[in-house]
Amino acid sequence: MHGLLTGPLFYISLGVCIIGMIVRFYKYFTGLNWQLDRVAYKKYPMMGLKGALRSIYKWLIPYGTYGWRQQPVMAAAFFGFHIGAVAIPLFLAGHSVFLKEKIGFSLPYMGSGAADLISWIAIVCLAFMALRRLVLPEVRILTDKSDWGVLLLSFLPFATGLLARYQVGDYGFWLNMHILAGELVLLAIPFTKLSHVFLFFASRAQLGMDFGIKRGGLKGTPMAW
Amino acid sequence: MPEGTLCNKKPIDTAEGITTLLADKSGAKYYEEMKHIEVDTDLLWETIQKTCKSRIRTWLEICAHCGMCADSCFLYLANKRDPKQVPAYKIQSTLGEIIKRKGKVDNKFMRNAMRVAWSQCTCCNRCGMYCPHGIDTGIMFGYLRGLLYQQGFVPWEMKIGAGMHRVYNAQMDISSEDYVDTFEWMVEEYEDDYPGLTVPVDVEGADIMYTVNAREAKHYPEDLAEAAILFHIAGENWTIPSKGWEQTSLAMFAGDWAACKMQVESVYDAMGRLKPRRMVGTECGHAHRASVVEGPYWAGREDGRPPAESIHYIEWLAEALREGKLKIDPSKRIKVPCTLQDSCNYVRNHGLRDTAREIVSYIVEPGYFIDMDPNRQNNFCCGGGGGFNGIGYFRKERNVGLKVKRDQILATGAKLVIAPCHNCWDAIRDLEEEFEIGIEWSFLKPLIIKMLDIPDHLKPQEEDM
Repeated sequence: MHGLLTGPLFYISLGVCIIGMIVRFYKYFTGLNWQLDRVAYKKYPMMGLKGALRSIYKWLIPYGTYGWRQQPVMAAAFFGFHIGAVAIPLFLAGHSVFLKEKIGFSLPYMGSGAADLISWIAIVCLAFMALRRLVLPEVRILTDKSDWGVLLLSFLPFATGLLARYQVGDYGFWLNMHILAGELVLLAIPFTKLSHVFLFFASRAQLGMDFGIKRGGLKGTPMAW
Repeated sequence: MPEGTLCNKKPIDTAEGITTLLADKSGAKYYEEMKHIEVDTDLLWETIQKTCKSRIRTWLEICAHCGMCADSCFLYLANKRDPKQVPAYKIQSTLGEIIKRKGKVDNKFMRNAMRVAWSQCTCCNRCGMYCPHGIDTGIMFGYLRGLLYQQGFVPWEMKIGAGMHRVYNAQMDISSEDYVDTFEWMVEEYEDDYPGLTVPVDVEGADIMYTVNAREAKHYPEDLAEAAILFHIAGENWTIPSKGWEQTSLAMFAGDWAACKMQVESVYDAMGRLKPRRMVGTECGHAHRASVVEGPYWAGREDGRPPAESIHYIEWLAEALREGKLKIDPSKRIKVPCTLQDSCNYVRNHGLRDTAREIVSYIVEPGYFIDMDPNRQNNFCCGGGGGFNGIGYFRKERNVGLKVKRDQILATGAKLVIAPCHNCWDAIRDLEEEFEIGIEWSFLKPLIIKMLDIPDHLKPQEEDM
């Protein structure tokens, strides 16, 4: 079981994720249409690029935009979860060892104390976001099964990872469950709302170009949209 | 029935068609017929496949349903935070559902979609600034309006408005002759006060080609004279085109994209004919958006710009004041608490967020200007944008929608609202009528004229008086 999960299934899920997202990226940008979207994308490449980068950058900074500042608690939960969701898979010591062995390279890793803290913050923030879906009428009306599915998929790798980390019960079992959960996320990314992992950058880039080229950029008015 | 006699999928292309539709008081028969017309689901799906590309599809797909757009929408706030007014919900339950069902929706669905598209969104694009994913619901509602228009599910006034553009190249039944006559007649009314005042028609190679909102010719003709006076005092070399003078596009509100193209091309043709150095449009937000911001795309101009440099009235005015072409008598500056309405269409959608404030700095006595909160690109829609002002069928909903602007104005304590946009001006007039908060409202032209320091040689001479 462990061999299967860390062998073929790992390569398959990683491959599906990467190829899937390359395809989706390609289709997204080739599917943009200057006339239908009413943005002269190609005519002003520098203004477009500037707008796109500005839009992505501003939204990646906690409280970097008016939108984030208007919803301070939600913004905290958002970043609390997303920092964990990006940092843990890439920079956990165990993951680094695993990736080095499997694909030949890995990124620098963090200490276990920091990793524990970030993981717990992510879990708490995730719980907050789930609670928000139940409690706030304006979020409840939007929430459907797929939103719960995405939350569950995001929760499982953290939950199983922590269970393995603290060796609750059978370590080997939780480790396998953790790998399986991670692979499920990789497989789901290109086909579900989790595609925002990549498409966030695509969508923000488009709106950034829209503002940079048409809605103020050419007037020299940089807006943190 | 597949089609009604008044409510149908055919655009109005004749003056008779407009007269017939206008004769149906408040669209009573039109809306009755709408209950029975058939949805051409094949056409709907085919249109979506051709025109709904990656941007909108991705937006609909990756919307995380986080609800962060809720507070950004003035209609959500004005309607006591009704969850059905959350932008993401509004678009997912209409356009999102049509796409999910591959166009297989019925008459009742489409009538509801029409209600949502024209009475629950003014396409002000504010929500786009609050979505972490950069999803602009206003853009999607514009797209949805096009689909609804194609199927005949469009408010009566919007169908008429789009028809007007098709027949008269103007949002109202004003012919080119009527327009030029009205302009000349209004200028004559003022020529004693401003010697030498004229309206140059169809002059080639002028510095400025001036375009307007047809409402001015129809309902506020003094606005035309005021524009002439200010250009005259500023010593501008200006002209009006006898054709292609209408800068607005109700077709844009209606979602009649073919009419949008016809309309804006008439303006661009005038530019081609008269070769002005630049075009100055009147104090109107939607006019600016239609012919300067979006228009180039309808006309297929790959550079996304009109054939001649085109600016909004506030840009010309700020420049004229800055360069001293127009001088303000400091003793006549505004000395009542006043505020400024930012038009979504040229502030959020074209970056002109500080231009009107520069004008304010010249015309308001320091200490009397109070900005609304929030303001500039974060300002709320007046409540009447996107055609909402003009649709009788949704008047009740529109009046509720005015509340946010009312409260914003009340919070400033201002007695005068400067509104350099026709829609905003109308909405603020209506909110005073509806809620009686004791304010006045004004375009910039009449305010500036009252406080001008006119050079002696432009004043009436004694023998003239």
